[in-house]
Amino acid sequence: MPEFLFLFIIVTAGTGGELCVSRAMKVVGEVHDFRPAALVGFVFRAMRVGWMWIGIAMMTLAFFSLLAMLSIENVSFVVPVTALSYAAGALGAMLFLHERISPQRWLGVAIVCAGVTLVWLSRR
Amino acid sequence: MKDSPGLHLKTYVLIFFIVLFAPLGNVLLSKGMKGIGSAKNWVPGDIFHVLASIITSGYIWLGIACLLTFFVAYMLVLTWADYSYVQPASSFSYAVVAMLSYFLLGEAVPPLRWIGILVICVGVFVVGHTHPRSTEEP
Repeated sequence: MPEFLFLFIIVTAGTGGELCVSRAMKVVGEVHDFRPAALVGFVFRAMRVGWMWIGIAMMTLAFFSLLAMLSIENVSFVVPVTALSYAAGALGAMLFLHERISPQRWLGVAIVCAGVTLVWLSRR
Repeated sequence: MKDSPGLHLKTYVLIFFIVLFAPLGNVLLSKGMKGIGSAKNWVPGDIFHVLASIITSGYIWLGIACLLTFFVAYMLVLTWADYSYVQPASSFSYAVVAMLSYFLLGEAVPPLRWIGILVICVGVFVVGHTHPRSTEEP
């Protein structure tokens, strides 16, 4: 039973964390300079955004849940089923980040979720 | 909406980094955790013992290094591309993780799981033919 709890935490905290990081990245702005010094400056700028820290905290929680799940199930099962976050991610991007999601993207996300269902059914 | 030069190229390069390092990191974490094992009863003493084993495992640290590389690539690409584009596009990593688990860890991957992963890749193909930035800039 603990695997269901871990999966729930991976999906919700992982997706929430990624949404927070994405919001922080939009605050930092698009990167045009990929030289090492500029990338270090980019990381420091990102660390000054509050959403970044909330995102890191949530992703850390998801990470330890992933470790716990990997101690129970095979990685070829665990990683694909965490793609349940696709539906949550698309919804969150629309509601939280106010991104416009085209019908074609929704179709792609739906197909990905169908694949995740098949992976889930392959569990022995 | 005006694209910066090479928007598509730099997006694809960083997504390649994402689909390589995320699966490799997860496979290394799996190798480490299989060696450590799970907490028997999930009581504080057991969990502490597992945590102590985690922080001394070389595989776990290698996995974390790969995932940090993935994370930096992920952060960079999110500065210009939509989250709702990057997340589905990076799902190629599900195929890579199954291949790595089969070849590196010797995991048995049932046919239905391969089919599921193939369907996921079809979904990725559909998503990949949308523009990286569909949201108007403020």
